[in-house]
Amino acid sequence: MSATTVERFCDSLERVGAGWTTAAPADVEAVLDDLVRDPAVGVPLDVDGTDLPADVDTDPSPVDLEAAATGVTRARGAIADYGSLVLESTPAGEEAASLFVEHHVAVVRESDVRETMADALDALGPVLRDGGSAVLATGPSATADMGDLVQGAHGPETVDVVVVEGR
Amino acid sequence: MSSLSRDAKAARIRELLATEGDAVEDNTTGFNDGRYDSVSKLDDYEGLKSEARAIKEDAIERLPELVEELTEAVEANGGTVYVADDAADANRYIESVCDDEDAERVVKSKSMTTEELEVNEHLGGAGVDVVETDLGEWVLQVADESPSHIVAPAIHKSREAIAELFNETFDPAEELRTAEELTRFAREKLWEDIRGADVGMTGANFLTADSGSMALVTSEGNARKSALVPDTHVAVAGVEKIVPRVEDLQPFVELIGRSGTGQDITAYVSLFTPPTDAPTLDFEADAVGEGERDFHLVLVDNGRFAMREDEHLKETLYCIRCSACANVCANFQSVGGHAFGGETYSGGIATGWEAGVHGQDSAAEFNDLCTGCSRCTEACPVEIDIPWINTVVRDRVNRGAEPGNLDFLVEGLTPDEEPAGVDLQKRLFGNFETLARLGSATAPLSNWAASFGPGRALMERVAGVDRRRDLPTFQRETLQDWMAGRDVGVEDPVRRAALYPDVYTNYVDVERGKAAVRALEALGVDVVVPDAGASGRAPLSQGMISTAREKARAATDALRPHVEDGRDVVVVEPSDLAMFRDDYEKVCPEGYELLADDSYEVLEYVYGLLENGADPGALRGPTEAGVDDVAYHSHCQQRTLDLEAPTVTVLEELGYDVVTSDVECCGMAGSFGYKSEYYELSVDVGERLADTDGFADADRTVVASGTSCLDQLADLLDRPARHPVQLLAPVG
Repeated sequence: MSATTVERFCDSLERVGAGWTTAAPADVEAVLDDLVRDPAVGVPLDVDGTDLPADVDTDPSPVDLEAAATGVTRARGAIADYGSLVLESTPAGEEAASLFVEHHVAVVRESDVRETMADALDALGPVLRDGGSAVLATGPSATADMGDLVQGAHGPETVDVVVVEGR
Repeated sequence: MSSLSRDAKAARIRELLATEGDAVEDNTTGFNDGRYDSVSKLDDYEGLKSEARAIKEDAIERLPELVEELTEAVEANGGTVYVADDAADANRYIESVCDDEDAERVVKSKSMTTEELEVNEHLGGAGVDVVETDLGEWVLQVADESPSHIVAPAIHKSREAIAELFNETFDPAEELRTAEELTRFAREKLWEDIRGADVGMTGANFLTADSGSMALVTSEGNARKSALVPDTHVAVAGVEKIVPRVEDLQPFVELIGRSGTGQDITAYVSLFTPPTDAPTLDFEADAVGEGERDFHLVLVDNGRFAMREDEHLKETLYCIRCSACANVCANFQSVGGHAFGGETYSGGIATGWEAGVHGQDSAAEFNDLCTGCSRCTEACPVEIDIPWINTVVRDRVNRGAEPGNLDFLVEGLTPDEEPAGVDLQKRLFGNFETLARLGSATAPLSNWAASFGPGRALMERVAGVDRRRDLPTFQRETLQDWMAGRDVGVEDPVRRAALYPDVYTNYVDVERGKAAVRALEALGVDVVVPDAGASGRAPLSQGMISTAREKARAATDALRPHVEDGRDVVVVEPSDLAMFRDDYEKVCPEGYELLADDSYEVLEYVYGLLENGADPGALRGPTEAGVDDVAYHSHCQQRTLDLEAPTVTVLEELGYDVVTSDVECCGMAGSFGYKSEYYELSVDVGERLADTDGFADADRTVVASGTSCLDQLADLLDRPARHPVQLLAPVG
């Protein structure tokens, strides 16, 4: 994946109000450690050479999920044009860990960043036809229903993205 | 309509202007401006719209087949599909699902289709507590009010009003003031409802037949929570929401947020294939569960299959409910959905939905608020001809009306094709050509009589012509008369043109017609003014389609020999040009074939002549015209035809300093602003134009292309307004 796609993705993230960092696999744990606020929950990243910080609870109870400040999950894809994350939902529990928290931290492999919406949906077609589910998540949750734009409605108030280089 | 019901309607509009108008205007114009910004960033906006349109056309064509394919896919995934014939059927099924779950509480995300079913009332009656979790919907649930907008249901409420509502209803420990405080309070309160809910109910923006998935386009995250937290998920969607494949979602996902609220994309587009395998959540348990989830998809017919068989209402089914048509609508911007409300849907395309799912009477209530300005047609991401749907419904309402006992008063003035019973006011305005011809023939007597107090009072009472408007002044010498008395020839003409004498130019604003003739002649064009009558615009705007068709055919016949003789048809009044280039396709196909490619707006024509080497020195610049700076308002239908730019370019090339307006419509919109029930709304809309930078500046000369825009501007600015051709035409 060309550097420019990731650069455009990061520009888009800024536009939509999300933070971003690029990191080599070995540095991911330290980067995440800086980003997470306790209590933190998460889902194993399943990205070669990366680890979650030890204090991220990967087997949370419903009450832990409810009380968590930060959720760390893998994003299986991303869209450079939009700054969107493709958050697949599986039995590992990404949906709750990325939704109930105030602060969502997503980890995405550089090679999973796609250019366009069409590219992303082409990739999702087979996943959905196989019974899978995903959320295209772009920036923090938001509402304008209370008379002004507010970030942090029912979902996260802040979003950070860590792009794993060379993966 | 009786003068009494006109008064009641005017009073209702006055009340909404005062109580909800400001909040609605702020929000809708914000969304509308956002749409322009957001779509301008797309490489191929028009191409994307056409792609979306094609997918919808195909899907609705193959709907029965897609319902079957979707059903198989959902069932293969372990879900259940129920196709409900009508609201009662859908509600019965949903209640039975709640019964099976012993449900005490249902949490809901926003869904217009469930509003259409009135499922909350139904479940409430069955003892189930239904909680809306979309913050806007929840505000309305607390306030016991109905939505004023299909996407942002509480846009009529200001932050202050919401704060007052919450503080009074919930008496929080600390008074709530800011939007942040209100949001946090609502989030926490609603979470308590969500975490203990038994059933989650959502709508669906799209359904994909190949995978059995649903797309939910949201921003708050409440739909995700409603689908995730309870083990049972019920999704309610109209059958028209089905598209064939997952990949077909692409143009819609790219267009829906941009078109609606002006966001490139909303925070969340959930693509769920339920029942999902996300762990189940029991907040009393020590660990997340691997329990079974249940999913029920309720596909709602409720009139949709019948709409599919109706050649005019069918297009409504392409609607993705983005709200662009409401946000762009000048009248909606002033009063919002509570004035445009049928039973469920409001604004723009709502006429089609209401006529289709609730019946014509529900659509009839607010159908007249569509002035046919056509701004929604280019805003619609699936290219629906919304004004045409409004016109057809208006025509059907007209035909369903009972004959009134005052019909004899206008019978003689209304040689139309309409059945007795069509509203007198509509017949009067729809037959404006007859009035104009008589008025001109008897001018100035007709003008004195019309302006005379008792006459105006009678007109207002009988036909609802508002006394606060100046009536058109008919000219004794028509443009055709003037032309017949001239002996001007152009030697070796560069082009030959037939200047179409629209009713206003021929009988009322004859000077702009003369200016057009002189300007064209100065540029080397041989001009004739054909003996052609009205285009049919006036009756069409009143929903009198048969009369419009007769007029259109006669105008086509009158113009045909000139076109066949090689003349270009040049049009001064943009609403008549829009007939030739657009409406005739449906109203008079033979006219469309003859005129669509051979008709030109007058300044568009001048622009073309100058581009092809005509001498701009033959026209008047600022010095000759005695005018430096101008404020120009392009007519709504002219802008939809993408014809604002030629006028601006010509004026600037001649040295004028031009500012333009960006409001969607002047608010007069033909006869609309003359109608007593709509006068105040028309003025409110017009004030957005009058307040535009440059227009309020008394040093700028105001020019506008449309007759009604000129009348509206002159009324509101208290200084004369002219057609741009009158600036640049040599003095005769």
